[in-house]
Amino acid sequence: MQALVIVAHGSHLNPDSSTPTYDHADTIREVGAFDEVRTGFWKEEPSIREVLRTVEADEVYVVPLFISEGYFTEQVIPRELHLDGWDVADWDSDGLSASHVTLTATDVPDKTVHYCGPVGTHEAMTDVIVRRAETVTGDPNVGSGFGLAVVGHGTERNENSAKAIEYHADRIRDMDRFDEVQALYMDEEPEVDDVTDYFESDDVVVVPLFVADGFHTQEDIPEDMGLTDDYRDGYEIPTVVDGHRIWYAGAVGTEGLMADVVLERAADAGADVGDALEVVRERTRTTELAGEQ
Amino acid sequence: MSHHTDALVAAVESDGEVAQDGLTVSQHDDGYRLETPETRHDGLSEDELTEALADHDDYVTNWYFWTTVVGESSPQRRAYLRWVEGADDLSVSERYEALRDGVHREWGQLLVTVSVDDHGERSYDLRHVDDAGTDAEELDPYHEPLAARQLATYDEKGRYRPLKTGANLAGGWVFPELDARDLVEAVGTFYPASVPNWYREQNGSLDVEHWEDTIGRQTGMYSVIDTWNRGDGHEHVDWVAEACCDDSQCVKRREWQYNDETDLDVDGGDGAFPCREPCSLVIAASRKWTRLEGEETKTYEFELTPSEKQQVEDIIEAVADDRIDDIREADVYEGANRYRTRFLRAKLFDDDGNLCGVPTDDE
Ligand code: SF4
Repeated sequence: MQALVIVAHGSHLNPDSSTPTYDHADTIREVGAFDEVRTGFWKEEPSIREVLRTVEADEVYVVPLFISEGYFTEQVIPRELHLDGWDVADWDSDGLSASHVTLTATDVPDKTVHYCGPVGTHEAMTDVIVRRAETVTGDPNVGSGFGLAVVGHGTERNENSAKAIEYHADRIRDMDRFDEVQALYMDEEPEVDDVTDYFESDDVVVVPLFVADGFHTQEDIPEDMGLTDDYRDGYEIPTVVDGHRIWYAGAVGTEGLMADVVLERAADAGADVGDALEVVRERTRTTELAGEQ
Repeated sequence: MSHHTDALVAAVESDGEVAQDGLTVSQHDDGYRLETPETRHDGLSEDELTEALADHDDYVTNWYFWTTVVGESSPQRRAYLRWVEGADDLSVSERYEALRDGVHREWGQLLVTVSVDDHGERSYDLRHVDDAGTDAEELDPYHEPLAARQLATYDEKGRYRPLKTGANLAGGWVFPELDARDLVEAVGTFYPASVPNWYREQNGSLDVEHWEDTIGRQTGMYSVIDTWNRGDGHEHVDWVAEACCDDSQCVKRREWQYNDETDLDVDGGDGAFPCREPCSLVIAASRKWTRLEGEETKTYEFELTPSEKQQVEDIIEAVADDRIDDIREADVYEGANRYRTRFLRAKLFDDDGNLCGVPTDDE
């Protein structure tokens, strides 16, 4: 028996914070790749502290629904999971390359726990950003004539956060699909406030690399970019700002294809996911592929 | 012959003996033996055994349920289901009699009713305790355990519930016909980890982590709470527990104390299942209290009429007990009535919102 446990931040204040986590868990549950799919949260329940005891299976794959390596993936989650002998050095990561470690947890000593790196740094995440751009524009071939901005926190709180943004921006640039690709930040240069300064394309898709929608993605970024003066009034997609059409995608983590990255993480750690990867990639597509209409 | 009996006879043939809750059926040189607390038959042929079992239908379906339907794969699920129907307290005959009418158990604000039909199949009805007497037809029916996620997200007034075990679960719904596995799933969705922790407690292996240890392991923005623990006193944690963990606020029974040696002075409550360590809500609130409690007291001078002092107390009571919405608009006899409160503000606040015009900080 193998179980998947998705751990995420959650919120005491915002009921939408856990929605993507539940959605991706449901997607994976439906493809039947795991005997059990469970969720655990830092701020909701079951707490990360108690999630492993809700699991029946003896092989457990824990995937953090976090964007970058850092405080949560290195300290909080391993500690709260009661991981025995956890040492961040075992990940042997450059800030982007954590894959998985296999340990036990002291409160469920009979289980084998495969603790995986965060979804945000997996290479499959690049495809989710692109898929997000397809979803928000409604165009499965979006690219030509478009710029793409990947937005994150800056290095202020966590230097790995910027690394993940750069990493995906570089990979998308290498695809030669969008006319321009730019990494932008909330608290440092190049700033998301000046988004239109960084693009020549008339159309720019802006994808924040966040797990869930919340204060930053729903209030800060739309206001900073000038989509609206007051987030409560909402905004159009696209909104014209300084002569550019801004296609604001909201948190990338709400994109259905995120479930694929969760599966990839578990598969990298040795989970047998069968053909679930292909199934999830197709099922989570909301735009019709050219030629399939 | 029922498939239950078939399965039982096949199990005796392969294992030599089956036993469950007082029923034992075994194979011997002179034939089969069937024993219950009430009867004993020896030297039965297979046909005779089948016939004898037909007179012990309840024992047979009971065996089938616990052996085949529930099984041993999850000891905590099994233990919970047995607790729900009182399987370890009542004999099969007593139990089945009760099960035909439905056996009720409360679990936090949940009411579980297990009943057995004419074929010996168990079925579970899950609803809010406040809906105990309501016809199932009048409640919104659900069948998927995960539907509980949505039902647990908002309270009666549509407000987000940050604590799944908060004593503010909304009612109006029913899971009229869950099977055993789905019942435990649904219960675990309303109250995550409640069954595993209860099971550990039953076994004497609940890993309680007291306040001091829980606070001690905090890092980052929560590490500051450690500075709130000074000297030997634990009055501040008594207040936390009284504020958050009281039965009126949270349905868990608080088992954590100040530390291994020192119990809090506040009662842990009567909840059906335990709380093993301060939850994230208590931690987040305690961070705020740590900052607030770091302030020194100051002496302010206010002039209030006796009724105004009383009214300030009424308002605090009403907010603390979440009674605001119950106070009728025209009920000016209630201190926390809106008009009474607005009058107090009009009279006593200056333009900067200072009570009696007394500034909060020295100017
Ligand atoms: S710490 Fe208190 S409020 Fe939190 S779950 Fe336990 S008993 Fe309830």
